[in-house]
Amino acid sequence: MTFTVHDLISLSPVLLIGVGILATLIIEMLVKESEKILGWFTFVLLLSVAYLSLILLDHTALVFEDKFLTGGRVNIFFFLFSFGAAVVSLLSMEYIKKAGIHFGEYYIMLLSSVLGMMLISGATDFIMIFIGLEQMSVCFYVLAGFNRRNERSLEAALKYFLLGSFATGFLVFGLGLIYGAVGSLSITEIVIGYETLKTSPLFLTGTLLFIIGFSFKIAAVPFHMWVPDVYQGAPTSVTALMSTTGKAAAFSALIIIFSPIIQAAYPSFFTPVISVLAVLSMLYGSIVAISQNDLKRMLAYSSIAHAGYMLIGLAAWNEKGVSGVIFYLVAYTFMNLAAFGLISLIEKRDLRGTEFSDYKGLGFKQPVLAGLMALTMFALSGIPPFAGFFGKYYVFLSAIEAGMTWLAIVGVISSVISVYFYLRLIVVMYFDNSDEIVMVTPSTSAMLGIMISVLLIIIMGVAPGSIINLINSTF
Amino acid sequence: MLVEYIPLFLVIAFAIVFAFGTVFSSKIFGPQRPNPEKLSTYESGVQPVGTTHERMSVKYYLVAMLFIIFDLEVIFVYPWAVQFKKLYLDPSVGTTAFYAMLIFLVVFEIGYLYVYKKGGFKWD
Repeated sequence: MTFTVHDLISLSPVLLIGVGILATLIIEMLVKESEKILGWFTFVLLLSVAYLSLILLDHTALVFEDKFLTGGRVNIFFFLFSFGAAVVSLLSMEYIKKAGIHFGEYYIMLLSSVLGMMLISGATDFIMIFIGLEQMSVCFYVLAGFNRRNERSLEAALKYFLLGSFATGFLVFGLGLIYGAVGSLSITEIVIGYETLKTSPLFLTGTLLFIIGFSFKIAAVPFHMWVPDVYQGAPTSVTALMSTTGKAAAFSALIIIFSPIIQAAYPSFFTPVISVLAVLSMLYGSIVAISQNDLKRMLAYSSIAHAGYMLIGLAAWNEKGVSGVIFYLVAYTFMNLAAFGLISLIEKRDLRGTEFSDYKGLGFKQPVLAGLMALTMFALSGIPPFAGFFGKYYVFLSAIEAGMTWLAIVGVISSVISVYFYLRLIVVMYFDNSDEIVMVTPSTSAMLGIMISVLLIIIMGVAPGSIINLINSTF
Repeated sequence: MLVEYIPLFLVIAFAIVFAFGTVFSSKIFGPQRPNPEKLSTYESGVQPVGTTHERMSVKYYLVAMLFIIFDLEVIFVYPWAVQFKKLYLDPSVGTTAFYAMLIFLVVFEIGYLYVYKKGGFKWD
């Protein structure tokens, strides 16, 4: 195994973040009060990784003995992970001070989880996917329980850890069966032997178990039970990271495994499986979110519903579907980052203040924050001209083109239901009044993060064509 | 197809016979002179009777965890050291084998220094 200069350049986003993690460790042990520097250090590092992955968009290379691919679609994912995490590090700086978890290790964990996500999205081998997934998940378990004096945070970490390990069990068992059927864990081997494999019960069971393992990670019904408690209990900035880039990483793994299988034969054995997961997630997420009184829980159920919409694109599986899913992931990432960023600002010192009743009259007392929140809610519910609308549009269009109009109809019904609970927050903010609102002065860093996300939501809603063209050009 | 598995079944059968055989043969052939000390669950270990909500020192857990990490490091270094000459003479690998392990060890040492600086090895 030797590296050429071209390989090293193509790998540079991954290498840079790896070196960055070591640098944060060294800063953490040498500098007193390192947490003051590390926030901005992490932000700049992630931003340069995002920049590198965008300019290296056409540097395709197979490295690490053909186990890792860079360039093209993979770099779009690199950009999404690193830029999303950069926004999260902006949102975290003041929030972790407020929550009393102002430690440098927070940023080390954040960076390591991003490296794990990158390993997943570039993998061409199941072992690589598995290593990346574990690196990401272990960091998330730690981050979810980072507030170790708060009982709910500990409960979230324990629940996430137990159910996450359970999901990993499914995944490893599936990998074992796939290895038994194929004799290799490389995805190219599966493409070559697909004609004989598609009738092999061993291979089909293995892939189904693999799908179950990842359904846990993307929070699709019926593998969603950890989501509300973990999203509510974890520190808000961590929830912002888990619910956006973490979900995007799991989706990138599903895209990798499905590309060869579905290219060989469509509709495949798995199309009905994915469709059922999509319908269940959309309807369950939208209907249960109606009865939630906690904003973080409501967004958790809404993230289940969003996973359902994205699964439509995977079920339809044409070029529009896949690029629609990627577009949706980018849109969803920044919508959720803005929403969780605003929640983390309004949250009180004791980590209460995320109920709907805490938002009464926010529209009069805090017009800027309430306005941004209203905009984010409109975007999440899929009202044009914001990013959420076009995400849904591309995904539903792909379903109709694939001859699965019924799936698009269920999607539209579910998004109509979801409008109720998104708009409920706006009603609470602008039509109720209360004297209990505590005035908050948002910090510059958090406002910067929220503004970046909101700006991207608007840009993606006003000019979706240029972004979808960029995604399409990577196929 | 099942014929291929005969050696496996033989191993399983042998394992069962050996396990039960050794346990029961000591019962049959050995002298039996029991006393309370001998019959306790852990003859020279911790008292097995008492409250289950006992407080354990976390320090020990930290050392055990660090031990596993460094143990794994050695597991990677051993096969590398044994095969190093062969790898070095192979023109398709060459010095890459050396630098790959060097990078691995540097990453490891930074982790080690971090643990040291943070007081992970302090007993009190």
